[in-house]
Amino acid sequence: MVDSKQQWKAWLYLAPAIILLLVFTVWPIINTVSMAFLEGYSGLTKTGGDVSFKLGVGNFTHVVAHPDFQQALLNTCLLCVITVPVSTILALLIAVALNAIKPLRKALQTVFFLPYVTNSIAIGMVFAAMFNVIGSVGTRRQIISSYGIVNDVIMALGGDWVNWINSGSAYWANMLVMVVYIVWNALPFKILVLLGGLQSVNKQYYDAAKVDSTPRWRVLTRITVPLLSPMIAYVVITGFIGGFKEYTSIVGIFGEKMGPVHDPGRLNTMVGMIYDSLERDNQGGASAAALILFGIILIVTMINLYVSKKRVHY
Amino acid sequence: MKIVLENLTKIFPSRNKKSSDEVVAVNNFNFEIPDGKLIGLLGPSGCGKSTTLYMISGLQKPTGGKIYFGDDDVTEVSTEKRGIGLVFQNYALYPHLTVRQNILFPLQNLRGADKMSKDDMLKRAYEVAKLVQIEELMDRKPSELSGGQQQRVAIARALVKMPRVLLLDEPLSNLDARLRLQTREEIRRIQKETKITTVFVTHDQEEAMSISDLIVVMKLGVLQQIGAPQDVYDEPANLFVAKFLGTPPINVFDGEVKGGKLYIGDDAVLDVKNVPDMPVTVGIRPEGFVLDENGPFKCRLSNVEVMGRDVSIVSTHPASLNPIIRSIINADHKVEPKNDEVAYTLKPHKVFLFDKETENRIRF
Amino acid sequence: MSENTFKVMKQRNMRRISGLTEPMRIFSQLGIYLFLFLMALIVLFPFYWMVISSLKSLAEYKLSPPTFWPKQVLLSNYADAFTTANLGTLFVNTMYVGLVSTILSLIITVLTAFAFARLEFKGKELLFGALLATMMIPGELFTITNYSTVISFGWLNTFTVLIVPFLVSIFYIYLLRQNFLQIPNELYLAAKVDGTSDFKYLWKVMVPLALPTLISITILKMMGAWNSYIWPRLVANDEAHRMITNGLRNAFTETTGDVNYPVQMAAVALVSLPLFLVFVFLRKYIMSGVSRSGIKG
Repeated sequence: MVDSKQQWKAWLYLAPAIILLLVFTVWPIINTVSMAFLEGYSGLTKTGGDVSFKLGVGNFTHVVAHPDFQQALLNTCLLCVITVPVSTILALLIAVALNAIKPLRKALQTVFFLPYVTNSIAIGMVFAAMFNVIGSVGTRRQIISSYGIVNDVIMALGGDWVNWINSGSAYWANMLVMVVYIVWNALPFKILVLLGGLQSVNKQYYDAAKVDSTPRWRVLTRITVPLLSPMIAYVVITGFIGGFKEYTSIVGIFGEKMGPVHDPGRLNTMVGMIYDSLERDNQGGASAAALILFGIILIVTMINLYVSKKRVHY
Repeated sequence: MKIVLENLTKIFPSRNKKSSDEVVAVNNFNFEIPDGKLIGLLGPSGCGKSTTLYMISGLQKPTGGKIYFGDDDVTEVSTEKRGIGLVFQNYALYPHLTVRQNILFPLQNLRGADKMSKDDMLKRAYEVAKLVQIEELMDRKPSELSGGQQQRVAIARALVKMPRVLLLDEPLSNLDARLRLQTREEIRRIQKETKITTVFVTHDQEEAMSISDLIVVMKLGVLQQIGAPQDVYDEPANLFVAKFLGTPPINVFDGEVKGGKLYIGDDAVLDVKNVPDMPVTVGIRPEGFVLDENGPFKCRLSNVEVMGRDVSIVSTHPASLNPIIRSIINADHKVEPKNDEVAYTLKPHKVFLFDKETENRIRF
Repeated sequence: MSENTFKVMKQRNMRRISGLTEPMRIFSQLGIYLFLFLMALIVLFPFYWMVISSLKSLAEYKLSPPTFWPKQVLLSNYADAFTTANLGTLFVNTMYVGLVSTILSLIITVLTAFAFARLEFKGKELLFGALLATMMIPGELFTITNYSTVISFGWLNTFTVLIVPFLVSIFYIYLLRQNFLQIPNELYLAAKVDGTSDFKYLWKVMVPLALPTLISITILKMMGAWNSYIWPRLVANDEAHRMITNGLRNAFTETTGDVNYPVQMAAVALVSLPLFLVFVFLRKYIMSGVSRSGIKG
């Protein structure tokens, strides 16, 4: 609209951001990609003197062949595949329920948003406390003073107590704890988005459904879900992206050893792998792992977008 | 401060870089706006009237030509140095500032020799507020004002710097019908009191006719006619201007001049000496018809609308280029149709002839 | 059609229009509330458990079955937690990093968003598109190189390393630019007519009008500092510069086994308290920012 001759002024406004982006965003993209393809690249050996690295995919093959990486990939994928659908369906049910009531809606909405504003490490420690068994679990002579509140509830309901996270605990038990915590953590954002979507849906659709005496479940599956499909697609995609980057919630519950005492590293994730490589000064490996992670996220997002294009109804 | 536009041209490059269809918004304008007058830039949307206004304001740079304020060439002078006040169509009041802060805003930008003390600024703000009659609203936010009040605040903000030129972009289009009448009188009054050369843009011919000293009629970037509203109405330069001005609109017919007589259909309706034999387009103002049982111009009567002071007769004619012909007759005349036919004689000064090709006026 | 069938039809239609009969409606409303209360209980339970555990003595904590309200409220756990984790220093460090990075980040975000929303320059759309594209890349990819970069800058174990690398957030720029674009163009033109400089217009008109967005950004940025864990652990895990989340994790390395949970829970409660206060008072700003993002902190 306005003809401006002073283009340089715009660049003045942009300068601080551009400079920082060049150093901390653009350069890393270039450098990380190049490090990933320099075999055995490491910060240590580089500062040690003139060492030249062979160009190749050695870092990738090394990373992929590593059993720790395979374990981390399995853990990450399992967590994603379980937590994203579970938290999405649960969030959808809660959002629909919230939308169906009048009194107390605001109060309950506030309660359901509370877990969002938390520190994943700190609340992870609370979850650990709830699942922890105090006593000599896993040793030959078990003397247990407290089973933890979760086991107490299970036992009160007539079940058997489970060694969730202590020494000697089973992999599935560890995973279940992680799923519970991650779902708990993921709910608020999903509820917020879905409820926001529900409230912008034209009420006339529901009135029309009422006139036709459509049963409730049919209203949910035939009207609500299709109308909400863009929001559902959004929370699923962001859920998968977040899921593949899962790390701190595991540190919150299991500490930096990423697993129960008897098997550290059992629950490591892709992101955890990257930081482990970095701390061992294996930049080449870390870069390769980061690119693999990027690739996976990209592919999963593409699949999600493709599916949602077919399934999102408008 | 008179404003002179000299060969003013604005070409917008096409949005699509590959195609070459640029838009000529304003095409080689020349005219002079005399000092202290109220000028209406009039035309249908897309005629380049707003672009012209924005070029006078300096917000848009002309592609070619010059703009003078008085004797100063301001073509290359930036907006803020031109000393203009501009009122936007949607008023563009700062929503987070009160009326007082909005009016003070331009004064706070003054620097150097023009810099004013706080007291002077307030005094000036209250003077303009009084001029536009919003003194009681100074502490309100724009959202708490009606459309008409917002309009006044916008005018006050434009006037507070004592601009050399006041520009108004569609000043009445956001108001309801009643307020529009009131506000246009108000604009007239303020302009008369301040004697600031004022240019406003409108697509509403009635609005432009009612308050302007001069109207400038534009079409597709080309200037059509400039003149006092009555003169332009009485002597339109071409068919477009004749059709654009006047409510109800002018009636247009296919006609032919043969042997000094104007024929519409088979009827010789008027003597037109000095016009060579040729086909023409005929425009007849609604008030140009006189009921006359023996009149030469015979139409089929559709119905009669009584409007108190006047009577409006709706009729049809095979040569008419509009579906209906509307004539306005003094209500003293009794309309007594014979066989659904109505006959008129025509007032010569309300009949205009236009060239069929160029659509320019043919005088007789 | 007999009169009888007509009657039946009419009755059935009546029922259809009302949808559910009155007792059924109450029943289903009750079910909805029951479901919501149960879910709310699950959501709130960890907070409840954190608070009551932090008030128990260790002996009481180990009781089985557990007590759901401390027999004896023990506030000394909080004092212990405060000294064990050295929370005072951690708090000061975190606030310092949070405040400085928030202020600098706001300035950069406002300037950049303004340029993208209001100024004209060559390659604007292209540059903005490129910036948005970088949002797709996971942060870890940058971290690897940034780690080497900050080492070569000699920034290891400084506050600078915690502040500077994350000053530019494309997401915040995007958020603010969208907000700026909603401000009518005429306001900018009106300001131009009045001789307002771009900078003054930005400061006096756009910033006040975009204030809610700026508050959202401030809160999210502060929360980000409070909850940051990975990067500080990597580059500034010394006593003098440690951030609160790392301090908490470092002070209580054991999560399982025979841990002094009451003190640990007291520390967790202390770390969660500021977040809780922000939640109580500034919830609407977080919610409006978050619903457009999907990123935590």
